[in-house]
Amino acid sequence: MFKIIFAVIGRDLKLAMRRQADIVSALFFFVIVVSLFPLGIGPEPDLLRKLAPGVLWVAALLATMLSLPRLFADDHRDGTLEQLALAPHPLGLVVTGKVIAHWLVSGLPLALIAPVLGIQFDLSSDALLVLTGAILLGTPALSGIGAIGAALTLGLRGGGVLLSLLVLPLYIPVLIFGAGAVDATVSGLGGEGHLSLLAAMTFASLGFAPWASAAALKIALE
Amino acid sequence: MLEADNLECVRGERRLFAGLGFKLEAGELLYLQGRNGAGKTSLLRMIIGLLPPETGEIRWKGQPIRRNGDDFRADLCYLGHLNAIKEELTPLENLLASAHLADEDLSEDDALDALEQVGLAGREDLACKYLSQGQKRRVALARLIKERRPLWVLDEPFVALDVAAVDWLAGIISGHLQRGGLAVMTTHQLVAIPAGTVRELRLS
Repeated sequence: MFKIIFAVIGRDLKLAMRRQADIVSALFFFVIVVSLFPLGIGPEPDLLRKLAPGVLWVAALLATMLSLPRLFADDHRDGTLEQLALAPHPLGLVVTGKVIAHWLVSGLPLALIAPVLGIQFDLSSDALLVLTGAILLGTPALSGIGAIGAALTLGLRGGGVLLSLLVLPLYIPVLIFGAGAVDATVSGLGGEGHLSLLAAMTFASLGFAPWASAAALKIALE
Repeated sequence: MLEADNLECVRGERRLFAGLGFKLEAGELLYLQGRNGAGKTSLLRMIIGLLPPETGEIRWKGQPIRRNGDDFRADLCYLGHLNAIKEELTPLENLLASAHLADEDLSEDDALDALEQVGLAGREDLACKYLSQGQKRRVALARLIKERRPLWVLDEPFVALDVAAVDWLAGIISGHLQRGGLAVMTTHQLVAIPAGTVRELRLS
């Protein structure tokens, strides 16, 4: 069971390394969108501190969305998806591997760069730590939920826009608790409760989303 | 080994075929023929279990394929009209990755040997996007050389191949039939397969 998941992760990471432009462009999108806010609002530390969690999280959601349409589309176009569906394992395990690989190349870099961007908003070191933790814990859920949308819109014309409309509303709980964790830390309440809920959402979506995506992929392959 | 009865295929509003059945035993090859749009590829996709038939049933070793899919797929090798190779990876990486994903053990030496047999020696480390159409097809076909699963389903395997490669592939398929394998394939070029029993099914 783990062999197939690791085989998929290994292959997808190797492919991502050959196409680094994709990773780098999503990451730069995140950096630029987040940096526009302090420039636009001006030097008002109190306001910036208040806005920071929401701005960073909304930018993270949008940056994750950028790479979603290609999650299954490339494999679908060159016939690899058929071969994956015909492998003697449940398709859900293959999708689990793809979701983990997607997180490693799109969610993990965001979490690593987020503390640097947080400095622009004058966040305290505690808040930066919680921000990084929240993005680390929450982005796997984004990849999981996104995989369902990517599978449902596979092969549709204009699927990219439809994908955003389907997936962004489902991202709202992650956004609320992700931004809430940082807010709570800044106001001195402690963000542990929010972080636990984020972790719960991540585990639930990693357990459930691959199987829902697999069912949608089977319909797309008919 | 492989049986189908009373299959019906409806695509969109059109019924492509109905009441179709066949039986294939070890060492036999089924040639599917028919004009474009007759439903050859749809039938192949039913046989591999990606397209559920409207009516009827397909059985492998007496068991319906829908029910024990994992066991059936462990015996199945499918080569579609798409090559299923990644342009960014080299032929060697492609071959090893597809073997790992299909849960097969393929050593690097075996993979190199297979690539040499399909005439890609010296190009193992070149990304597939730099290969020609025919060479990409050869990378896809290289899988068949070490393939020991009993049921091969091939969709237009001879497309984009030169004359020498067509003969070579016919030899590979006969070898598979001689080992007691089964094969189902569609083609517009009738290529003589030297060994095994050849059955024909014409869709019209």
